[in-house]
Amino acid sequence: MSDAKGLTSWLTTTDHKRIGLLYFWTAFGFFLIGGLEALVIRAQLAQPNGHVVSAETFNQLFTMHGTTMIFLALMPLSSAFFNYIIPLQIGARDVAFPRLNAFSYWVFLFGGLLLNASWFAGPLFHAGMLNVAPDGGWFGYANLTERQFSPGPNIDFWQLGLQILGVSSLAAGFNFIVTILNLRAPGMTMMRLPVFTWMTLVTQFIIITAFPVITVALVFLMFDRLFGAHFYLASAGATPILWQHLFWLFGHPEVYILILPAMGVVSEVLPTFARKPLFGYTVVVYSGVLIGLMGWGVWSHHMFAVGLGPIADSAFAATSMLIAIPTGVKIFNWIATLWGGDIRGTTALHFAVGFVAMFIIGGLSGVSHASPPADLQQTDTYYVVAHFHYVLFGGTVLGLFAGIYYWWPKMTGRLLNEPLGKWHFWLQFIGMNLTFFPMHFIGLLGMPRRVYTYAPELGLADLNLVSTIGAFLIAVSILVFLVNVWRTRRHGQPAPNDPWHGATLEWSISSPPPVYNFSVIPTVTSRLPRWKTEHHEPMRDPPATPPAPIHVPGGSWWPLVAACGLPVMALSVLTHTLWLVFLGAAILLFGIYRWAFEPFEV
Amino acid sequence: MTHAATTHHTSLGLDNRKMAFWAFIGSECLLFTSLISTYLVYKGRSVVGPYPHEILNIPFTSVSTFDLLMSSLMMVLALAAVQRGDMKWGKIWLFSTALLGLVFLGGQVLEFTEFVHKGLTLSTNLFGCTFFVLTGTHGAHVAVGVLWLLTLWVRALQGKLGPANAMTVEITGLYWHFVDVVWIVIFTVVYLIQ
Amino acid sequence: MHEGGSAEHRVHPTADVYLRVGAVLVILTVLEVGVFYVPAFHPVLVPVLLVLSAAKFALVVMFYMHLKADSKFFTFLFGVPLLLAVGVMVALLFLFFGALTLRGAPGAG
Repeated sequence: MSDAKGLTSWLTTTDHKRIGLLYFWTAFGFFLIGGLEALVIRAQLAQPNGHVVSAETFNQLFTMHGTTMIFLALMPLSSAFFNYIIPLQIGARDVAFPRLNAFSYWVFLFGGLLLNASWFAGPLFHAGMLNVAPDGGWFGYANLTERQFSPGPNIDFWQLGLQILGVSSLAAGFNFIVTILNLRAPGMTMMRLPVFTWMTLVTQFIIITAFPVITVALVFLMFDRLFGAHFYLASAGATPILWQHLFWLFGHPEVYILILPAMGVVSEVLPTFARKPLFGYTVVVYSGVLIGLMGWGVWSHHMFAVGLGPIADSAFAATSMLIAIPTGVKIFNWIATLWGGDIRGTTALHFAVGFVAMFIIGGLSGVSHASPPADLQQTDTYYVVAHFHYVLFGGTVLGLFAGIYYWWPKMTGRLLNEPLGKWHFWLQFIGMNLTFFPMHFIGLLGMPRRVYTYAPELGLADLNLVSTIGAFLIAVSILVFLVNVWRTRRHGQPAPNDPWHGATLEWSISSPPPVYNFSVIPTVTSRLPRWKTEHHEPMRDPPATPPAPIHVPGGSWWPLVAACGLPVMALSVLTHTLWLVFLGAAILLFGIYRWAFEPFEV
Repeated sequence: MTHAATTHHTSLGLDNRKMAFWAFIGSECLLFTSLISTYLVYKGRSVVGPYPHEILNIPFTSVSTFDLLMSSLMMVLALAAVQRGDMKWGKIWLFSTALLGLVFLGGQVLEFTEFVHKGLTLSTNLFGCTFFVLTGTHGAHVAVGVLWLLTLWVRALQGKLGPANAMTVEITGLYWHFVDVVWIVIFTVVYLIQ
Repeated sequence: MHEGGSAEHRVHPTADVYLRVGAVLVILTVLEVGVFYVPAFHPVLVPVLLVLSAAKFALVVMFYMHLKADSKFFTFLFGVPLLLAVGVMVALLFLFFGALTLRGAPGAG
């Protein structure tokens, strides 16, 4: 990594490794905020007729928890790994467009700050604190989100924040598609790509196709709220169902955006710690591609209770059941990878195995949703909350922690403490099951989602209490992780190039890598370059010092400057001040022009 | 745009920026399809007028359509000129493309103003909001394109554009043609099929 | 016009091709407007217009955007999202049933 120190070097960095770290810490910060929101929710629901928070505050809490976790924590945590690891895995010096990469990060940061500023912005809108955060659910259904029913700025924060975040994701999508397709080391054919890189590629294609749809949906909402348009108003002949279609056309591919990278991580971690190649690499890759494609065909399974009619319901039920096939195939491949392997029970492996187990449970409840009659009982209850937390927490979060423990030495040069890691894992694993397993029952017994309290007569108090205890256990587990991070940052065991005997290229260079990554770009002759297989010897790692000076591009201010234009434009909507939109656009354009004409050699 | 990675090895032998741009165009297909689908889905559902057949002006819009098509021709002639090093004609065609783009935008402004006078605004009815957001988004894309073209033209005037960086003109062209192609769809779906 | 495998050197098309494509585009547009105005064509208005505009679309993409002569990879990058987009539009039209008639029958929303 670059030796340059100081704030300026971070503000102007175009180095994918630094940007990866920026994403990581920012995303982790938002993860903690989202977790805090969850704890308050669970505190409120620990008993019937709870009065920890009001109903209005509760609405803001579950909205922000969902929005934060999805857009500000899980996606950017995945991005942290896309950024840091992908160029290393493909044998490149950086991504295709380093400044665009930096731009993506700054835009994400500003979008996240804007969203969370809403917690404190109440007084600016003649309301109290904790009053104007988004409160329409993470999926913002119309027409609750229209001016008539949401007169305050809450929904404006939400739709503006999401539009800004969309720009960040789209820019990164184009960047990584070109990077993965065009910057691979010689000999690294597509079918020699690490599975994490493959899954990332599929994810980026989903991003660049799905995000435009939600952008349109949000723009329609913005026009309804700002200019009196009628995109979702039945009185004008429109229908709120359009919002649902547009949202879920994005929203379903979004969940594959959330899970595929974690599946990629697990597909790296399991083979490494079973000391066995991934079983059925080709099948796993094709399944990932299929999931990406088929994910476009299932969206109305989120709308089984809308009354679309038997034909639509049947069609989407069929496609939703079909998509379980490539997913299930991967599960079998992961299990087969472990079977007969020489298992090393590292923390990363624990998280990866935990992923597989929890994802099976989440997948099973998911398949039960695919049946419209069954879903009619399940939808809008805690049963659904159980499902998506099993796949997103048990799946994505556990998978990302597997990646954290796996790649931490590479990114920081220190190994995390293994015993503490095991404590973290077990506390989190038990905590998560305590939190979410009861929700299957709570939901089927009739407790709806998004209610700030429930009556004692329902008899759900005990299960809710168990769930709350589990949530606090998860919090403890995260504290354990943070202690681990703190303690090892100066005194942790220094990491060698390859602490795990990994098979892929990132393990062939130092931990952390030099700023230019590879002193000599390797030539790749197999899918497992660093392992000895029956067909080839392990590669020679690149020399510690480069044979000739390697040019590394410098930093640039312009991505940051350009990124600043977007929140300024958003502010114009929040404050109903027209000239701000021109100022913001001017800043954006100025930044882009300086960026375009700046001498910058990759 | 200055130096680019054209001399670096690429896995597919294709220019990074061109690849990124085609991916971007693919993404924009989803953007415009969402807008067009909404227009189609809400077609005929306005509760109050004005209605399309009352105010859409086919002769006027046909001229706009020709204008944009001709601008695409000029764009491609500009690219051909720059590629063969003929910067005199490169500048002429680039400017002409931008000019026709401005004419198109002027036509849009005229059309929008006319519609507002006839009582069609964003908030009047479904036709109003779907029409203005769809064609407005397209118009915004044209405006960005005009700005882009004029920037290139100025670069050419400064002697900073030539066959060596013809790729920037090619990518500008991809953007411009795509914007034209979207209009081809809009013209048919909004204006001709009422 | 050929695309070299690993280099950007290829025979640049001449203005001739572009002018001819331009002329066809103009003719197609004239036909489109003609179909609109000639009442005899109204029963087949929609399919004819769709075909004509699809032809214009294809001509601009293949020749002006050079997709026909360029690497197939660009066709993939554009084609997959385009197919997806068309699929989404068709699905939405089916789901909003009324729109299929294109005559404004209010459908199940």
